[in-house]
Amino acid sequence: MKARLTSLLAGITALVSTPALMASESQINMTRGATDISNRVYELHMLVFYICLVIGLIVFAVMFWSILRHRKARGVTPAKFHDNLALEITWTVVPFLILIGMAVPATITLIKMDDTSDSDLTVLVTGSQWRWHYAYHDYDVEFQSNLATPRGQIYGRLPRGENYLLEVDRPLVIPTGKKVRFLITSDDVIHSWWVPAFAVKKDANPGYINEAWTRVNEPGIYRGVCAELCGQGHAFMPVVVIAKEPAEFEEWIRGEEQRLADQRAEEERLLGMSMSKDELMQMGENVYLTQCAACHQPNGRGIPGVFPSVVGQGLAVGDLDAHIDIIVHGSSGTAMQAYRNQLSMREIAAVITYQRNAWGNDTGDVVQAADIHNFIQGNR
Amino acid sequence: MSTVVADSHDAHDEHHDHKPTGIKRWLFTTNHKDIGTLYLWFSFAMFLLGGSMALVIRMELFQPGMQVVDPHFFNQMTTMHGVIMVFGAVMPAFTGLANWMIPLMIGAPDMALPRMNNWSFWILPFAFLILLSSMFMPGGGPAFGWTFYAPLSTTYSTDSTALFVFAMHIMGMSSIMGAINVIVTIMNMRAPGMTYMKMPLFVWTWFITAFLLIAVMPVLAGVVTMVLTDKYFGTSFFDAAGGGDPVLFQHLFWFFGHPEVYIMILPSFGIISAIIPAFARKPLFGYASMVYATASIAGLSFLVWAHHMFTTGMPTFASLFFMYMTMLIAVPTGVKVFNWVTTMWKGAMTFETPMLFALAFVVLFTIGGLSGIMLAITPVDYQYHDTYFVVAHFHYVLVSGAVFSIMAAAYYWLPKWSGVMYDEFLAKLHFWCSLVSVNILFFPMHFVGLAGMPRRYPDYALQFADINAIVSVGGFLFGFSQLIFLWVVIKAARKQGVPAPAKPWEGAEGLEWEVPSPAPYHTFDTPPKVS
Repeated sequence: MKARLTSLLAGITALVSTPALMASESQINMTRGATDISNRVYELHMLVFYICLVIGLIVFAVMFWSILRHRKARGVTPAKFHDNLALEITWTVVPFLILIGMAVPATITLIKMDDTSDSDLTVLVTGSQWRWHYAYHDYDVEFQSNLATPRGQIYGRLPRGENYLLEVDRPLVIPTGKKVRFLITSDDVIHSWWVPAFAVKKDANPGYINEAWTRVNEPGIYRGVCAELCGQGHAFMPVVVIAKEPAEFEEWIRGEEQRLADQRAEEERLLGMSMSKDELMQMGENVYLTQCAACHQPNGRGIPGVFPSVVGQGLAVGDLDAHIDIIVHGSSGTAMQAYRNQLSMREIAAVITYQRNAWGNDTGDVVQAADIHNFIQGNR
Repeated sequence: MSTVVADSHDAHDEHHDHKPTGIKRWLFTTNHKDIGTLYLWFSFAMFLLGGSMALVIRMELFQPGMQVVDPHFFNQMTTMHGVIMVFGAVMPAFTGLANWMIPLMIGAPDMALPRMNNWSFWILPFAFLILLSSMFMPGGGPAFGWTFYAPLSTTYSTDSTALFVFAMHIMGMSSIMGAINVIVTIMNMRAPGMTYMKMPLFVWTWFITAFLLIAVMPVLAGVVTMVLTDKYFGTSFFDAAGGGDPVLFQHLFWFFGHPEVYIMILPSFGIISAIIPAFARKPLFGYASMVYATASIAGLSFLVWAHHMFTTGMPTFASLFFMYMTMLIAVPTGVKVFNWVTTMWKGAMTFETPMLFALAFVVLFTIGGLSGIMLAITPVDYQYHDTYFVVAHFHYVLVSGAVFSIMAAAYYWLPKWSGVMYDEFLAKLHFWCSLVSVNILFFPMHFVGLAGMPRRYPDYALQFADINAIVSVGGFLFGFSQLIFLWVVIKAARKQGVPAPAKPWEGAEGLEWEVPSPAPYHTFDTPPKVS
C-alpha cells in the first residue's frame, strides 16, 4: 500500500514537473503556439499555475496534517486559541506580494499584446452566422471561409477526418515574420476570432471594430474556432490560418488577385449568357448547402419559430422580385443577411432558381445572372 | 461568540403551535420555518431539473458528432441549465436556509416581514413555470446562454425572449424581497445582547449578501427590460445601427453578474464557518477578520465586472485596472481559507457528514479560487476565456463550492428541522459518491479547456473526445448520486431515525441549538438574553 502510494506520488510529481508532458502539442495543456507573444503567454500561464499549485499544496498539506493528527479519535484535547494578529497580518501581506509578482510580467505582456502599431499587413476579419470573411487591405483580395467538414461526418454517416470541424474551404493566408494586424468585426451577432497558436482571441462586435495582431515565426497551418456563443452554428465556424514565407505569400496573393479579377471579368462576360436550368440547379444546390442550409436546413423546412421554411410557402414560391430582394439586400432586424457582396450574381441567380424549383416548389422559374444585375441596377 | 443565559422560553412555545392543515398551511403560511422548508424543497426540485438538463448536455457531448439533440436544442439546454441552477437552485436554497436559520440564530420569533416572505416565495414557482413553458413555444425556449448577450438575445432571438424577460423580472423581485426581509430582520430583531460582532457568521455573510442583492438585482431588471424594448419596441440600446453598443449590454449584465457570483458564495462562507468549529471543537479562528474579509469581498465585487469581458476590446488601461482589482480579491478570500485551516489546527476533529462536506468545500473551493487567480491574468485569460477551463473554474466554486456548502448545511441542521438524526451511512455514501464523481466530472474540464475546447459547443474536434467521454461519465455518476441525498432527506422528513437531542453536535455553538429538535413551530416568543 505504502509502495503504491509512493509510486503514485512520484507519478504526480513527474506529471507536473516534466516539461515534455506539458509541452506545446499536449492535449491537456495550453499550446506554446507559434509566436513570441504566445510563448510569453504560455510561460506566464505556467508561472501562475506553479505558484497556485504550491500555494494549494501548502494549504492542503496543513489541512490534511490536521485531519490526520488533530482528530478526536486520537484522544486530543482541542486548543482554545482563536486569534493571532501576527499570523493574520502575515497571510494578508504575503499573498499581496505574490500577487504583485504575478501582476508585473502580466502587465508587460498585456501592453505588448495591445500594441497594434507599425503593422506590415492588415486583414479585415468579419464574422457572420456562421462563417468568417477575410479582406486584405492594400490588396484586392477578399473571400469567405466556410466549414469544410461534410454534414455526413457531423451526423455520423461518414467516418470523421483528422481535422473534423477544424477545416475550411478557403483558409486565411498570412506571411511569416511580418506584423499582421487584424481588424475584427461582425455582420450580425457577437463572434470571437480565436487562434490559440497566436494567443489571439478578440470579439467580433457588430458595428464596432476591434484590433489584434500577430507575428508568426514558422510557416504552418494554424487552426482556431469561434469562441463566443453566436447561435446554433457556433461550433461550426472554424478558423484556419496558413502562414507562408513572405515570398510565397506575395506569390499567393498576386495569384489570388489575378484569379478574383478573372472571375469578375468572367462574370461580366457571362451576364449576357444564359445558363441551363440544370446548371443553375446544380450550382444553386451547392450554394444553398454552404450559405443557406445552416438556418433554412438542407430540406428547406427551416426551424419553426426560428428560421422560416422555404418549402411551398413565402417568398420562394411568391413574388420573384421580392425573393431576389431579400437575398440581395437581406432583411433588417432578422438573421437574414444581405448576399450582394458575398456571392456572385451567377450564384445568387442559381440559388434563387434552386429554391424556386427544389423540394416540390416547382414554380418553373429560371433566374439568370442578368436578372440579378438588372435588379441591382434598378432595371427590374 | 454568543452564549445563552438560561431562559425558559422553550416551555411555553409548545402551547400555541396552531396552524392550518393541508395545502392551505403551505399556501398561506407566514411562518419562517414553513417558508424556509418551501424554499429548500423548491430549490432541490430545481436542482434535479437543472441537473437533468446538464445530463442532456453531457449525453450529446459523450462523443463527437451530433447524436442526441440538435444544436438549437443544445443551446436551449445550456441556457436553461444555467438560469435554473443560478436562480432556481442555489439562490433559493440560500434563501431557504436564511429563512429557517436567521431567526433561530439571532433569537427572533420570525422574519420581520412575514407576509412579504410568503409572497417572495410563492411568485418563484410561477417565474419558473413561465420560463419552462417558453420551451414549448414555436422555436423553443431561450437559446442564448444564461448571460443572454445582445444582439443574440434581441434581434436574433425567438419570441420566447419575452417570457424569459418576465420570468427574470419575477425572480429578481423575489430576491429583492427576500433580501429586504433579511436586512430588516437582522437590524431590528436580534435578541438583547446580540451585538453585530456577536452574530454567527452565517448571519453576517447573509446580511452582506442581502445588500449585494438589493444593489444589483435592479441592474438585472434594467438590463432585461432593455433587451425587451430593443427586441419589441424599437429601441437601440445594444444596436450600433441605432447608436447603441452591444458591449454596453455586457457591462450592465456583469455589473449585476459579478456581485451575483458572490451572492452565491458568501452564505457558503457563513455555513462553513459554523460547521468547521463545531466539528473541530474549537472556536472559529479570526472571527473579526472573517467579517472584514466578507465585507471586502463584497466591496471589491463591484469593481471587477469587466474581467468577464477582457476579449471585448477594452482599452489597455481598463484591462489593467480590472486585472489588478480581480487579483486583489484573492487576499480576503485567502484569509478565509487560512482561517478555516487554522480553526482545524490543534482541534479535536470528528468527521460526520456535515464536516466531510465542509472539508471537501475548503479543498475544492480553493482549487476553484486558484484557477480564478489564473483567469484574472488578462493576457492569459485571452487563451482561457470562453473555454472549458472557465467552465471547470466556475463549477468548482459553484458545485463543489456553493452546492457542497448547501449539502453540508442540510446535514448539519436536518436534525433541528426534522427532529431525527439522518441516516449517517447513506449520508456518507452520498458524500463519497458526490466527492469522487464531482471531480471526475469537473477536473478533466481544465485539461480540455487548456487544450482549446470552447464552451457552449454541441460538437467538438476529435482530440477532445476521450476527456469528454470521462466528463460525461462523471456527470451521470454525480447526477444519480444526488438521489441518495433525496432518499436521506425523505427518510428524515418522515421521522425515520433516532430522535435528535436539542444539540446533536457536541461542539456546535449558537442559539439554534437551545431550542428542542425539531424546532417548535414558534420559537423565541420572548427573546433569549445573550451575554
